[in-house]
Amino acid sequence: MSGLLKSSIGRKVAMALSGLFLVVFLTQHFVINSTAVIAPDTFNTWSHFMGTNPLVQFALQPVLIFGVVFHFVMGFVLELQNRKARPVKYANYKGGAAAPWTSRNMILSGLVILAFLGLHFYDFWIHEMTVKYVQGDMTGLINPDDLSSGYRYYEETVHKFESPVRVLLYVISFVLLALHLWHGFASTFQSVGFNNSYSKALSKFAKVWAVAIPVGFIFIAVYLHLNQIPH
Amino acid sequence: MKLTLKIWRQKNAQAKGQMVTYPIDGIDGDMSFLEMMDVLNNKLINEGEEPVVFDHDCREGICGSCSMFINGEAHGPDRLVTTCQLHMRKFKDGETITIEPWRAAGFPVIKDLMVDRSAFDRIQHAGGFISVNTSGNTQDANSIPIEKADADDAFAAATCIGCGACVASCKNSSAMLFVSAKVSQFALLPQGQVEATDRVMNMVKQMDEEGFGNCTNTGACEVECPKGISLENIARMNREYLAASLKG
Repeated sequence: MSGLLKSSIGRKVAMALSGLFLVVFLTQHFVINSTAVIAPDTFNTWSHFMGTNPLVQFALQPVLIFGVVFHFVMGFVLELQNRKARPVKYANYKGGAAAPWTSRNMILSGLVILAFLGLHFYDFWIHEMTVKYVQGDMTGLINPDDLSSGYRYYEETVHKFESPVRVLLYVISFVLLALHLWHGFASTFQSVGFNNSYSKALSKFAKVWAVAIPVGFIFIAVYLHLNQIPH
Repeated sequence: MKLTLKIWRQKNAQAKGQMVTYPIDGIDGDMSFLEMMDVLNNKLINEGEEPVVFDHDCREGICGSCSMFINGEAHGPDRLVTTCQLHMRKFKDGETITIEPWRAAGFPVIKDLMVDRSAFDRIQHAGGFISVNTSGNTQDANSIPIEKADADDAFAAATCIGCGACVASCKNSSAMLFVSAKVSQFALLPQGQVEATDRVMNMVKQMDEEGFGNCTNTGACEVECPKGISLENIARMNREYLAASLKG
């Protein structure tokens, strides 16, 4: 087992497993976010739970950050190795004749998602960390001294999507996320060695999911932009 | 047919090569691509020029020698054929055709369109065999019953001719389809079980050492393979490799 990550197949499986983990994370992230459209009170309650529960904050969150960092660092390592494997390029290479665009440009879609993560961390994560652990306000309230002021999460999220530029950046990122997942999710099964009579159905499910989740995120961003609440 | 050929010319492994343009006339649509190359080479020899070096042997699609990257695809635009089976009727009169050698760190160019594919031999030597005593008391292979589906899959994997089109087509120059065909051929049969663990570990190790890239499941190899070797073999090799790694 020890040298697994040193082999090309080991690294491929590691990419697939970390990717699958991120797929699970995206699903739960989407489920929670969708409550911002359906039931803002539920969004507030769940956000407060996720933001203050010690298990989520100090066990799951570090695992998630590790998963994200591992996936993109490994992605870069593989990309560099793959480029090295063809030192002299073809004068004429018809990549599109044999493989879809999405599968050939995972590094490009991945880089856009990485840039988006920077913006997303700046928008939400850094703000949350500052309020909770720098300012020491764990109440989650709009006014920490006023219990009746209600939770701040929904209001803050809605206001974040006030700017059309930010909404546009989110939409572009989600489109690239869909393209990344279109190849990535379905491909994980092949990587871990699962290719049999169920593969076609599983691949179809993965592709539907790859489109549905990013489209859902786009819907939420646009919906919140169009349904602003006063400051 | 009148054609313009843009061919990679490189004196030797160390020399810096370049694309050279050759106009050619009088090509018949029923000629194979290699016959067209023969016409060109005859012309070059008659003009006192060095002919274009390219690998070829059986000219009936089973040896895997004729490695040419034609118009951006391994063995040209046709499917399930090698270059010797590619006919000139697949091209238009007046067309410009680019002809390059396989490009991969694992397949260094020897001269012109000829590349060194001994990396595949070394991968085979690392485990692509079964150890059977052939001194006279060998058991007949047919005396071991094998399920039809397994026999068919093993046979399909065994049709790999080791041409290297998978590596040439893959954007990562990965050799996974070749290696997985060679692993699967034995993994599916009882005769291959004895050395199964060592085989997959050693062949993958050798593949990595030869400088081939990583598989990212683009599927280009399967599309360009002249023998239609399936991606299922790669999944099988991944399973075999994981199982072998867990065994230690």
